[in-house]
Formats: sequence, C-alpha cells, structure tokens
Amino acid sequence: MEGDIAEMGKFIGVGLTAIGMGGAAIGVGNIAGNFLSGALRNPSAAAGQTAMLFIGIAFAEALGIFSFLVALLLMFAV
Amino acid sequence: MAEPTANGVGMPQLDVTTFSNQIFWLIVTLAVLYYIMSRVALPRIASVLADRRGTITSDIAAAEEYKQKAREAEEAYTKALADARAEANRIIEAARAEMQAELDVQMEKADAEISAKAAESERRIRDIRDSAMDMVSEVSNDITVDILSAFDAKADKARVTSAVSERLKGGA
Amino acid sequence: MKRPGQASVRNKGTETVASENTGFEIKPMEQFEVKALFGGDISWYTPTNVTLWMALTVLAASALMIFGARGRALVPSRAQSAAELTYGFVHNMVKDVAGHDAVRFFPHIFTLFMFVLFANLLGLIPFAFTTTSHIAVTAVLALTVFLSVTALGFILNGAKFLGLFWVSSAPLALRPVLALIELISYFARPISHSIRLAGAMMAGHAVAKVFAGFAGALGAAFFVPVLAVTALYALELLVAVIQAYVFTILTCVYLRDALHPSH
Repeated sequence: MEGDIAEMGKFIGVGLTAIGMGGAAIGVGNIAGNFLSGALRNPSAAAGQTAMLFIGIAFAEALGIFSFLVALLLMFAV
Repeated sequence: MAEPTANGVGMPQLDVTTFSNQIFWLIVTLAVLYYIMSRVALPRIASVLADRRGTITSDIAAAEEYKQKAREAEEAYTKALADARAEANRIIEAARAEMQAELDVQMEKADAEISAKAAESERRIRDIRDSAMDMVSEVSNDITVDILSAFDAKADKARVTSAVSERLKGGA
Repeated sequence: MKRPGQASVRNKGTETVASENTGFEIKPMEQFEVKALFGGDISWYTPTNVTLWMALTVLAASALMIFGARGRALVPSRAQSAAELTYGFVHNMVKDVAGHDAVRFFPHIFTLFMFVLFANLLGLIPFAFTTTSHIAVTAVLALTVFLSVTALGFILNGAKFLGLFWVSSAPLALRPVLALIELISYFARPISHSIRLAGAMMAGHAVAKVFAGFAGALGAAFFVPVLAVTALYALELLVAVIQAYVFTILTCVYLRDALHPSH
C-alpha cells in the first residue's frame, strides 16, 4: 500500500515534468515565428540567418529535452 | 519500479556496466571513420571539386576566346560585304556611264541621219511643189487660151500669161 | 511496480508500462539495451550491438563518400552529387560559422557530422539500435569537442582565451557577474550538447515504440496508431538530420569561440 502511494506520486511527478516540454514547444514556436516574420520583411537577409535559427531552436529545444529526461529518469530510474 | 535488473537500472542508458564497452567501440569507430574520411574520401572529393572548378574556369576562358574570334570573324565578314557592295556599285556606275556615252553617240548619229533625211525630203517636196506650180500656170494659160479661142476672142499670149500669173498670185 | 509473478529477465533493463494481466505491454526502453552479439557478459571489448551499428555507420558513411564519389566524373552522378553536396554543406558551415581559419579542422568536424548523421538515420531502421541515443556515446562526443576546443583556445590564444568570459562591452560593475554566468554556461555546454542529441533520439524512438504498442492493443482500430507512427516517422527523419546539423553547428560555434575569444 505504501509502495503504491509512492508509485502514484512518481507518476504525478512525471506528468508535471512533462509540462516542461510545453514550454520548450512555446519557445521553439516563438523562434520559428519570429524568424518567419523577420524573413518576410527582409527576405534577402533570411538565407544567411538560417544557421542562427537552428542554433536558437537547438538551445530552446534542449531545455524541453531536459524536462523529458527528468521525466524518463523519474519513470524508469528512480 | 526502480529495482535494478541483474544488468543495471530501468533505463539502459544509465546502465554503467555497458559504458566502457560503448566508449571503447565509439573511439574505435571515430578513429576508423576519421581515417577513412581524412585520408580517402575528403581529398578525393576535394580534388574532384577542384578539377571541376578548373575545368569550368578554363571552359569559360575558352568560350570567351571563341566569342572574341566569332566577333572578329563577324567584323571581317561585314567589312568584306561592305567592300563587295562598294565594288559592285562602282562597276554598275561605270557600266551605266559607258552605256550612257554609247547611247549619246548613237542618238547623235541617229539625229543627224534623221535631220539629213528630213532636209532631203523637204527639198524634194519643194521641187515637186515648184514643178506643180509651173504646171498649174502652164495649164491655166493653155486653158485660158482655149477658152478665149472658144469665145472667138483673139488672145495675146503674153497678156494672157501675165494675167493668169497675176490671178494665180492673187489667188494663191 | 514489479510484482512477484512478473518475469525478470536477465539483461533486460526495461520495465513494463502496463501490467501483464491486460495482455498489453509496451516496453519503450527495450530497444536501447546493449546486448552482446554472441552472448555472454559485456566487458569493454565484447562485440555488442553497439559495435554492429557503429560499424554499419562507418560503412554507410564510407559508401556515400567513397563509392558514391568513385566515378570522379566531371558531371556527377546522383550518388556523387549527394556526396559532393554533403561535403559542400559541411564545408560552408565550417567556413561561415567558425571562420576561414577553422577550415583546417574540417575533416574532424566532417567525421563528427557523418557519424552523428548516419547513426541517427540508421537508428530509424526498424529493429535497429540507435547508438546516438546513449548518453555514454554522446557524452564522449561532446566531451571530446569540449576538451579539444578548450585546449585549442588556450594553445592558440593563451591567457587571452579567458577574455571569452570577461564581457568588455558590459558595464564594469556587471562584468564579474557576467563572468560567472559565462563560466557556468561554458561548462554547461558539453552537458546540453550531449543530452540534446541523446534525448532527442531517445524521445522519438520511445514515442514511436509506445504508439506501435497501441496498435497491438487496439485491435480493429490498429490503423490509427499506425498512421500516427507513420507521421511520427517522418518527423523523426527530420529530427535525425536536424540534430546532426545542430550538433555540428554547435561544434562550429564553440570552435569559433576558441579561435576568436574576444566578444
């Protein structure tokens, strides 16, 4: 019984951690959207900045992956 | 949930016992891949790309040269064409002048002939008319003498002649 | 969660998500297990599925770059074109992001790119083992980059390399604080660098496995998860390439910092 409660807490924790990935999703969408609006204003400058786009996406995405990792650790390793 | 299996923990990624194995094989793999890429693949592709760039550059230069040649040939052609045209014009002009001269001479000759013939004709016409006039006066005299003799009038030949010629002159 | 009746198989570091009595179990983490190819225990030199798939990675990369380009034709064939485009892509990335003097490290970066790219792509083959989904592998890659870039920075620039942490454009009072932040973010680089790759790979494969497991459980409606897995697979293909690109471009960014530490 006691173990089951601990189990339940763990699953709740995993679910809460998964919310963190939503933040990363917002961040990535923000970057891509701003890039697009900038690119539409000045299309000639857009091609040179795609590398920056991907770097920004990678940084934002990394944090989402961290939260995913914490979820996985909670789920399988704790 | 978290009890480790005999091999480690729930997540295979956190199973430390396999780390040495993975790291060892990763280092081997990277070494082999680096060797293959840096010794074989990359120099080969770099040389192919350099060859292509060289070929393209020399081709462009050759094309430029050919273009220059073509332009020169076109200029020569245009010049030759202009020369030929000028020459043709000159020949035509000369032929025309020659023909004009010939024509003038012939025309002059023909004019001379025609005027000579016209003069001759005129002279003959005048002769004929003169002789006709003579004959008219003669015939008139004769007729007058005949008429007078028919009326039994004595006609003086000299008076008749002068009267007829006077009449003819007045009538003419 | 482990109940007495549940079989605990040796060498299976996985847990079942659902209980067995429903007849429905998904083991999303099973695919990441390291197994010895010929049985037996795993020591540091044992040929495992890691060995197999890394060897296949080398083979695939070599197939593209050597056999694809073997014609050396002036007008390239399709495979040669692909090889040359890959070459040009990475070459331009190194030149644009890290600078012209970084081109001498091009073979290293290219090796890294090819390894990550083909490991990611080969991992998408069903029943394949994704070497880059393991934190041990990506950590070694990221640490190699981190250590060599740091060493390079100190060798080329000496103490001036520390200027990377001293933001001279900021107000003087803020500089120590910024230096601390810069220092922390500098040491966080290998962590995020490695976990990003491993996490992205692991996440995609685990999710695909979970969806595939639903197909078995749903019976007649099996085609819904199959469609979902198909869509996910396309996304994973994109992620595999983008992660390789991101891994490489971050390496280039770090390299630029080492070559030109002044802000």
